[in-house]
Amino acid sequence: MTSSQIEIQLIAIITAAACALPGVILVLRRMAMMSDAISHTVLLGIVIGFFLVGDLNSPILIFGAAAIGVLTVSLVALLERTRLVKEDAAIGLVFPALFSIAVILISRYAGDVHLDTDAVLVGELAFAPFDRLIVFGRDIGPRGLYVMLGILLFNTLFITIFYKELKITTFDAGLAAALGFAPTLMHYALMSLVSLTVVGAFDIVGSILVVALIVTPPAAAYLLTDDLGRMFVLSVLIGALSALSGYWLAYGLDASIAGSIATMTGVIFVLVFLFAPDKGLVSSARRRTRQKWEFAQTMLAIHLFNHENTPAASEESRFAHLREHLRWEDAFANQVVKRAENAKLIQRNNGALELTDHGRQHAQITLTN
Amino acid sequence: MTLPDLLNNLLFDYTVRTVALGAMVLGVVSGALGTFALLRKQSLLGDAVSHAALPGVVIAFLLTRSKASIVLILGAAIAGWLATIWMMNIVKHTRVKEDNALGLVLSVFFGFGLMLLTFTQRLPDSRQAGLDSFLFGQAATLLTRDVLTMAALGGISLLLIGVFWKEFKLLSFDREFAASLGFPISFLDILLTTLLVIAIVIGLQAVGVVLMSAMVVAPAAAARQWTDRLGVMLFLSSFFGALAGLIGALISSLGSGLSTGPVVVLSISVIVLVSLFFAPNRGLFWRWVRQRRNRRKLRIGSVLSNLYTLGSQHGDPKHAHSIEVLRAMNYGRGGVQRSLLTLEERGHVVREDEHKWALTESGLEEARKITQQSPQSE
Repeated sequence: MTSSQIEIQLIAIITAAACALPGVILVLRRMAMMSDAISHTVLLGIVIGFFLVGDLNSPILIFGAAAIGVLTVSLVALLERTRLVKEDAAIGLVFPALFSIAVILISRYAGDVHLDTDAVLVGELAFAPFDRLIVFGRDIGPRGLYVMLGILLFNTLFITIFYKELKITTFDAGLAAALGFAPTLMHYALMSLVSLTVVGAFDIVGSILVVALIVTPPAAAYLLTDDLGRMFVLSVLIGALSALSGYWLAYGLDASIAGSIATMTGVIFVLVFLFAPDKGLVSSARRRTRQKWEFAQTMLAIHLFNHENTPAASEESRFAHLREHLRWEDAFANQVVKRAENAKLIQRNNGALELTDHGRQHAQITLTN
Repeated sequence: MTLPDLLNNLLFDYTVRTVALGAMVLGVVSGALGTFALLRKQSLLGDAVSHAALPGVVIAFLLTRSKASIVLILGAAIAGWLATIWMMNIVKHTRVKEDNALGLVLSVFFGFGLMLLTFTQRLPDSRQAGLDSFLFGQAATLLTRDVLTMAALGGISLLLIGVFWKEFKLLSFDREFAASLGFPISFLDILLTTLLVIAIVIGLQAVGVVLMSAMVVAPAAAARQWTDRLGVMLFLSSFFGALAGLIGALISSLGSGLSTGPVVVLSISVIVLVSLFFAPNRGLFWRWVRQRRNRRKLRIGSVLSNLYTLGSQHGDPKHAHSIEVLRAMNYGRGGVQRSLLTLEERGHVVREDEHKWALTESGLEEARKITQQSPQSE
């Protein structure tokens, strides 16, 4: 590996981690689309900041863009409060309008500056190593690496310090307000954090990859655990894994790195979606099947138990009778009886079905519960 | 440029006319389908579908090596449709909910498309050049043929809305009831969503990925303010969409650097703002006027009943009382002086001297009415 390859992978991993942290909270609050909106409107902040200071590399641009991110959130909240439109519609009204203003400003007044709308959406990680950070005349590495490292540290600090507050305002905003926490303040703090992350990341990886890294790894982690702390760790791990595998996929195809990383987050999500141990599609399908058979076996046991030692017992315990009484198809009834026999719930006796001791106990317990 | 010039361009300049027609077709179709999207709380689906269309466009090109808009639109529609179905499945089968699923599908599909696009651009086939303009929107590249394709697909969508009008209406307002009546809910759901996908992808070439989502939400959100009837809303929404398309196309023909997409979106945003403020009944401005009027009425009633209460405690209902007492009784409400002047105009109170006010006979009657209405008097 060349040094610039290593640098790109480092930036990708750090960006993935920096995005995954606020992403967890956003996903839990069902606010993923807000990150999409912010990732578009920061362009306006950057354009306005650029007009004010006239320098595309000035740190003031970052704050301008973050401020526009918060403005986006406030405008959406304002629109929603009129109760004339729902929240999703409010998002869909606000961000295209702000984005349009930015696009027009750029094409009319900043046409000769390196700031084009495609680059905002798309980004190009492969160029990140060319933009070096020079301190006291010494090259200490790519600028993007330090920007993202700074944001990662800031996000980690914020989430560590306000862990309790974030947790309670996310899971029970009403309780949080009653206990004297300020859910609204937390909301805006979080949105500022997201804006800052998006701004830092967007000219390195493009805004769509930012959204992919904010939403997808936490969504996958959400299907793997019920523990908030573990969800943070898993999200960061999944993000980093996507970054690495995405880089090599892009290398193999000679395609966009950002696009490949976003693709890999999707691939990992699909794998989790299908095979997650508890909430995955496969395991829940298997659970449903198992429950179906267990339920049927219990039905059979209870049926036999009800008629045990009654005059109708010999009649009711015949296999052919199940069809009539429990309305089971023959094939299904056959399966149930076989499974129940294997589970030692029943036994056959001259063509009649009899409960074993175990089966009797099972029926009794089920009935008394 | 004067208005006649603009009209002249609109009628005889090929580019302006084509762009304006394209933008209007897109406005009508997305306005109509957006109505259902808004009512079904799927406003952001437009955003997701338009981004998700990218891989479809690239794959359609890779398979056919053609850039005809019908081919690319079909590819986009299939990708957008798959994305929607996947999203619905995520919501249905896991605890990842709508909003997150949208963001996820949107970014992953777009990223995948980006990967394919960059991969294609490095192939030794120059025909792919300009493929990205399909997504980032370049209305100026629209040809008559493209507009016809858009109009044909849009026309079919509108026709289907007409055919399934009753079903879609029921689906949008009361799903469960529709299901209990035995309508094939999932089929209708998928059909309506498919139509929305078509409406979105036919607009991509004109306004681009990001701005297409606005064309789904905004016309419908504006129309919603003016009416409570679905038919009227759908018509208004289409009208607003077309109007924004026309205005946007005309304004963007005026100067360089005014690309059609953003100008169309800003036009529709202005229409939304005007609707939010000035639509009758729901408009914020009227709401404000109503609140002001109510507050005023309340204040006047309060002053009147205070005078009455003071009077009855005093034994003489027409005894004059100082304005300061009334101010103290209406602490934090204000406008006591103004209320008294209004009451004087109506002949309910008279001014005894500089600061003292007393009820008249008609004022007494009015006050009795008010206090009898209010439960406090008992």
